[in-house]
Amino acid sequence: MNLGEKMTLKTNLKNILLVIFTTLILSACSTAKKSADIEGDVYTGKETVEYLASGVPDRVFFATNKSSLTTASRATLRKQATFLRKNKNLNVTIEGHADERGTREYNLALGERRANAARDYLMTYGISGKRISVISYGKEKPVNPKSSPVAWSQNRRAVTVKVN
Amino acid sequence: MKIITIAIFLNFFLISKVLALIEVDITRGNLDPLPVAVSPLHVDINSEEYKDLRVKELGEEISKIIEINFKNTGLFNPLKKDAFVQKPDIAHLKPRFEDWRLIKAQALVTGKLLIKDQKLKVEFRLWDLAAAKEMTALAFTTTPSNWRRVAHIISDKIYERLTGEEGYFDTRIIYVAESGPKNQRVKKLAIMDQDGSNTKYLTLGNELVLTPRFNPTNQMVTYMSYFRNMPRVYLLDIETGTQEIVGNFPGMTFAPRFSPDGKKIIMSFAKDGNSDIYTMDIETRIVERITEHSSIDTSPSFSPDGKFIAFNSDRSGLQQLYVMRSDGSNVKRITFGKGIYGTPVWSPRGDLIAFTKMHKGRFYIGVMRTDGTGERLLTENYYQEAPSWSPNGRVLVFYRETKAGEKGEGFSAKLWSIDITGYNERKLSTKTDASDPSWSSLLSK
Repeated sequence: MNLGEKMTLKTNLKNILLVIFTTLILSACSTAKKSADIEGDVYTGKETVEYLASGVPDRVFFATNKSSLTTASRATLRKQATFLRKNKNLNVTIEGHADERGTREYNLALGERRANAARDYLMTYGISGKRISVISYGKEKPVNPKSSPVAWSQNRRAVTVKVN
Repeated sequence: MKIITIAIFLNFFLISKVLALIEVDITRGNLDPLPVAVSPLHVDINSEEYKDLRVKELGEEISKIIEINFKNTGLFNPLKKDAFVQKPDIAHLKPRFEDWRLIKAQALVTGKLLIKDQKLKVEFRLWDLAAAKEMTALAFTTTPSNWRRVAHIISDKIYERLTGEEGYFDTRIIYVAESGPKNQRVKKLAIMDQDGSNTKYLTLGNELVLTPRFNPTNQMVTYMSYFRNMPRVYLLDIETGTQEIVGNFPGMTFAPRFSPDGKKIIMSFAKDGNSDIYTMDIETRIVERITEHSSIDTSPSFSPDGKFIAFNSDRSGLQQLYVMRSDGSNVKRITFGKGIYGTPVWSPRGDLIAFTKMHKGRFYIGVMRTDGTGERLLTENYYQEAPSWSPNGRVLVFYRETKAGEKGEGFSAKLWSIDITGYNERKLSTKTDASDPSWSSLLSK
């Protein structure tokens, strides 16, 4: 084996180690990121979120069994209100959802309460209640089918959907 | 959906009122199931052909259904037929008791059948082998296509004679049949016999349907549907297939159930983020508001005398169970244990309330007295809820879901039943995944 071959081998080994190392760091990051995506039981990440317009997220998230709006949710809804004020002919439906860890009937009521919490907030920012209908799907339409705390936090949501 | 109504002519020809020596103790569960021999019913050689029925095998088939019913109770142990010592026709006349005792049977069921003039005539006898006596006997006539029901009715009569309680075999279960991936579930109303046979689908799956419940007095059903994306309570006549929306509510109605007289539907109506309980009289259409509280009030269930209503409310902060008078007065919280509670369902006997309990990420089905004392948890699992009572108040049917993986794989929903003693938990056989079961009353009552 000459020196040249040795060098290549060393570099290859280095590269492989580097790849393994990077993968480890990345996966560590993604795990860290996932747990950081929940604050006090409420999802704060961007996964599953869609946008009514640029910079206007379509959904807010809730804590288990709760329908109160977090600071982040209020900020999102204020963006929605601004967007709706600019688009005066647009009507929306707010779809309220619950996670799968509750009884079906209670979850239907909870989804309705969450959707109305979002609606009420939009109304305090000047959007007419006539433009906002609500529907609850309870736990019937999970956005993330996995049985995990992150999935459940993504499923506890109120989603604003354009109807026209 | 056309369900053939049949007239079954019950025709008691012999009832021995002797004190039976064998008795099945149903208070303890299935620690010591009673060994029973179910002889194939003897098929009369003069029997005529009927449509596509395999008449020659009918006696054997009926006895098999009876055996499965018995085995499923957990109270009886049907013995293998290869040990049987007498031919069906001879045993039916008068068994040689000492021979049957040799195979350790304590009770023996014998019978015979005849198909003639498009009619099925069946008779059966139940023998107490230790006392060497006939315990009960019955003959009846029906249309031959009802042969499975014949087996269930015989099972009911024997169960009644041996346990002193009404049976629950000639009954049906309505439920939600589920298919497709977890985040795009297709749900249809389905109905089947209590043993899983004769499955029929009552809706096509175009809209989401939930929580079907039988009227305890007839074969009407109330359920919730998202027809035209408007979540509302509906009333369905399963004999004619006609259905109508219940009431004219400006918002979601859900969690419906019948009153015990079958005349009213009790349900929740959600408006502006608040769910309260209402009733509607099916005939007069008069709507009454029963609760008025800023919390969620749902899952109402009448006591069998119609005087009280159990329901689920989070007025204390989290889901708990409450009982009130049927006019909404005198609301009392009945659950104070650890965890949270949902889906109270009053037993048809009136003495117990079945419920779902959630505690530390586990789900329990349990029963308690109607004042909340004497809580007994019957079964624990990852996820289960929605108990429904057998018409005699002995067995609960509920649904159970499994944990799902990354893409929802591994998820299933199945119906399970359990005796109120906590014994004899078993999975019901359904053609598809299933949830939200409701048990009918006895069809032949």
